[in-house]
Amino acid sequence: MIELRDMIAAKQITATEATQAYLDRIEKYDGQIHAYREVYTDRALERAAAVDRGEVTGPLAGVPIAIKDNLCTSWGHTTCSSKMLEDFQAPYTATAVQRLEDAGAVILGKTNLDEFAMGSSTENSAFVTTRNPWDTSCVPGGSSGGSAAAAGASLCAASIGSDTGGSIRQPAALCGVVGFKPTYGRISRWGLVAFASSLDQIGPFTKTVADAALLYEIMAGRDPLDSTSADVSVEPTQTETQPDQPLRIGLAKQYLNDNNTPAVADAVERALAIYRELGAEIVEVDLPHTEYGIPTYYIVATAEASSNLARYDGVHYGHRTDAPVTDMPDLYSTSRAEGFGDEVKRRIMLGTYVLSSGYYDAYYLRALKVRRLIKQDFDNAFEKCDAILCPTTTAPAFEVGAKSDDPLAMYLNDVYTVNCNLAGIAGISIPAGITDDTPRPLPIGLQLLGNAFDEARLMRIASQLENKLQAPRLTELQPA
Amino acid sequence: MTTIHAETFEVNPDYPKLRTRLVVGLEIHVELATRSKMWTSAPNVAHRDRFDAEPNSLIDPVVAGMPGTLPVINEQALEMSIRVGLALGCHINQFTKWDRKSYYYPDLPKNYQISQYDLPVCGDGALDIPVSGEGEGKLLDGAMKRIGIVRAHLEEDAGKLLHEAPAGGAGGVGGVGGDGEYVGGDFTIVDLNRAGTPLLEIVTQPDFSTPDEVVMFGQVLRQICRHLGVSEGIMQKGHMRFEPNINVVIDKDGELFKTPIVEIKNLNSFKAVHGAITHEYRRQVDEWVKTGVVMGARAKSTRGWDDVKLVTTHQRHKEDADEYRYFPDPDLVPAVISDEWIARLQAGLPELPLAKEKRYCGELGLDGKVVDALLDDPRLTAFFEEVLETGAKPQSAAAVLLNYGAKRANELGVSIAEVGASAEQVRDIIALADADKVGSSAADKLFGYCCESDEPAEKLAEQHGLLQVSDTGALEGYIDEVLANPKMAKAVEDIRGGKDKAIGALMGQVMRLSGGSANPKVVTEMIKKKILG
Repeated sequence: MIELRDMIAAKQITATEATQAYLDRIEKYDGQIHAYREVYTDRALERAAAVDRGEVTGPLAGVPIAIKDNLCTSWGHTTCSSKMLEDFQAPYTATAVQRLEDAGAVILGKTNLDEFAMGSSTENSAFVTTRNPWDTSCVPGGSSGGSAAAAGASLCAASIGSDTGGSIRQPAALCGVVGFKPTYGRISRWGLVAFASSLDQIGPFTKTVADAALLYEIMAGRDPLDSTSADVSVEPTQTETQPDQPLRIGLAKQYLNDNNTPAVADAVERALAIYRELGAEIVEVDLPHTEYGIPTYYIVATAEASSNLARYDGVHYGHRTDAPVTDMPDLYSTSRAEGFGDEVKRRIMLGTYVLSSGYYDAYYLRALKVRRLIKQDFDNAFEKCDAILCPTTTAPAFEVGAKSDDPLAMYLNDVYTVNCNLAGIAGISIPAGITDDTPRPLPIGLQLLGNAFDEARLMRIASQLENKLQAPRLTELQPA
Repeated sequence: MTTIHAETFEVNPDYPKLRTRLVVGLEIHVELATRSKMWTSAPNVAHRDRFDAEPNSLIDPVVAGMPGTLPVINEQALEMSIRVGLALGCHINQFTKWDRKSYYYPDLPKNYQISQYDLPVCGDGALDIPVSGEGEGKLLDGAMKRIGIVRAHLEEDAGKLLHEAPAGGAGGVGGVGGDGEYVGGDFTIVDLNRAGTPLLEIVTQPDFSTPDEVVMFGQVLRQICRHLGVSEGIMQKGHMRFEPNINVVIDKDGELFKTPIVEIKNLNSFKAVHGAITHEYRRQVDEWVKTGVVMGARAKSTRGWDDVKLVTTHQRHKEDADEYRYFPDPDLVPAVISDEWIARLQAGLPELPLAKEKRYCGELGLDGKVVDALLDDPRLTAFFEEVLETGAKPQSAAAVLLNYGAKRANELGVSIAEVGASAEQVRDIIALADADKVGSSAADKLFGYCCESDEPAEKLAEQHGLLQVSDTGALEGYIDEVLANPKMAKAVEDIRGGKDKAIGALMGQVMRLSGGSANPKVVTEMIKKKILG
């Protein structure tokens, strides 16, 4: 992405040519990938022309970027891949997207996701299932599967997603790209349609850590429209410089177990060898509350979601039933029954239940306490190390349909990613190799977790590993 | 001050064999008159600049609860809440947070209300209200009663539902005909102007034992809010809405029975508050006599007040605890209120209306009605005190403001404080009148000129020929001319015959000739001297 940006700046290629090239690829390949929900051909070319005329400048001038379809824009639709918001047009633009455009980016279109960002495969999209560009019989992961697939298939120079429990890092790992979730509060949530407000965070999908760092720096920073956005200065990431020495890489036994497939376990070993070679100290850290992450997450996230999604009732927002109804509650419930998919309904019911009187203390309140313990685990760990190395997922991409009837198996996709959201810290997934035991090679991702607001150091540590790993890239797609 | 305790039963007027005691607690919703709404910069309908806003004109994406929007707290609303809390002697919680209260209703855009559950801004206070006296001077010697305040929390108001289109207005909005044809009756339209207005909910202890006490409390609270500048307090606009919780303790032959608690929703006039409580007292005793149902699980209910039939009507049975699924709003951060902030607000609290009323009646020696008029408009109160600071006498200052000032204020439709005359001008008008330099009708005119000019009052009086002529030489000419007028012969005769009243006719003529500037006292003496010798 940075190379392309520099080529446009040096007038080796025009922004219009670059944009047209991506639009052509979308035209050619997206029929089999289904990464995009909506493509803004005319608007993108107009923006690119403005860059070429010198009217739009900035550190991303002319760079074509795709955004997840839960980020509001004052043009086009914002559907969250839900029937509920099929026709929704926001009158405002998300702060993160606005900052990208202000930096000169060209927004190509919006990408598919699991409905309201609830899922790990994009199979929960009300419209279409996105396919993994490495093997179209497999899922791209989720919920930001469209953005991950678009970045992996080079249907954009980079893309933006949101991560509530792993929704950037897990699909990044499955699609062989870099996916970065910054510290909670780093990037404004204004204009991001809420799933779980205390966990949601916007972040980039890119080919390299340096690209991710640049997009992060542009989007990050305090926004007066988001009370929870942090007023902490954004330190330049400087991925080209060496991390501070001596480097301490944390390793937690809770992330290294028999659930990891051999390819994933190998990737961890390779990375450790690289860090040792670089002179890093490998430190054992303990994250004793790790196993409570998934249940805690599914209480906190669903509780918030049940409230955030209450406004989609067919009266204020969302699909309204055509069926005859008897009264207002009937109108609400019939509209919601028709408008939401199964996974969203499941989570709304779960969230409503855990907040109900008589259950609040046993579930929600207890989950908040465990959440604090999980945060405490990380606080202790980061006293001993600079970053924690672990897998992003236990396994590479699975086949479409393989887990769609088993919600619990699907939830376990997030087993290595949710605690990062619960603790509010930063996490990045980088490509770490490919499988040789699957019908087609599938990418493996490794995750590095960094302390809150310590993104710059995390990026430098990740960049160092990335340079040595030299993970294979997807070379070309089969035309549809 | 004597304090009355509420634990007094009365012989029930309807059932002489029963002794009964009314028990009332109150929830009051006060719309705060901030410039913008609770969570966004959209203008607030409770601010007087926006009273006449068109329906649905005070809206932005946050008010409408659009997907992707986020609330940001209005610090002014928090500050106003703390000031009310301090005025009510409340404890201010220095760590206060916001919670979501979930319920589905078309006037609530997000289907949850941002409110405060377990950590309200204000807790545990009290307000002393006068209870026994009546009419003027009621505060000087009357008994006071202390009403406990449980808490006061800050939340957002909901919108309004209209079940018919406003006159001449948005008929088509409710049309459900599909082809644009208006279909009446079967629709509801929503006005979100009020949605997101900051609302302070004050909850009292069940310390009231008569409808009069409740009304008095409401009036005192309204005056406090208006004098703190946190609410315009216009009842018809719903700036203050009352919800009494009522039940009755019945003593039958020494055995006590408590009737089920009834909550009456949304009363927005003192007449309705009084009427509803009075009716509910009788109704509950009647009901108990008929059914014997007493307080217990699931017996709580909500009733409304019928302003025409003057009765309360059943709305719904309350569950033991309503299922609102409160939880901390993850979109907002808790507010931390510093000691310094509280100290600054405490120091900035004005003298409260009850104290002012006492001081005006006592120290300043003003008449009760005059005091009521001065305190009825907080801007006038402030202006009155400004005039006093210039050294003017209280009675004279009050008289000028409530007579000359009120006249202009009525004409202009503004507060007396805003008619245009300065405190110094008012002081000078009083001084000129006291020195007999202007008469009362000239003083009234002079006040009018002061409203339009910043020049000193004396200069204006001079410019407009309002200074009284007391110079006998100048007056002699006018008097001689009037006495020479044949039409005045009858009056002259009457005066000779001892009818002093007839001087009035001659005076009128002298005034006319002098352009209103003749000093009436001097003229009277001169006329008498000339006619009677």
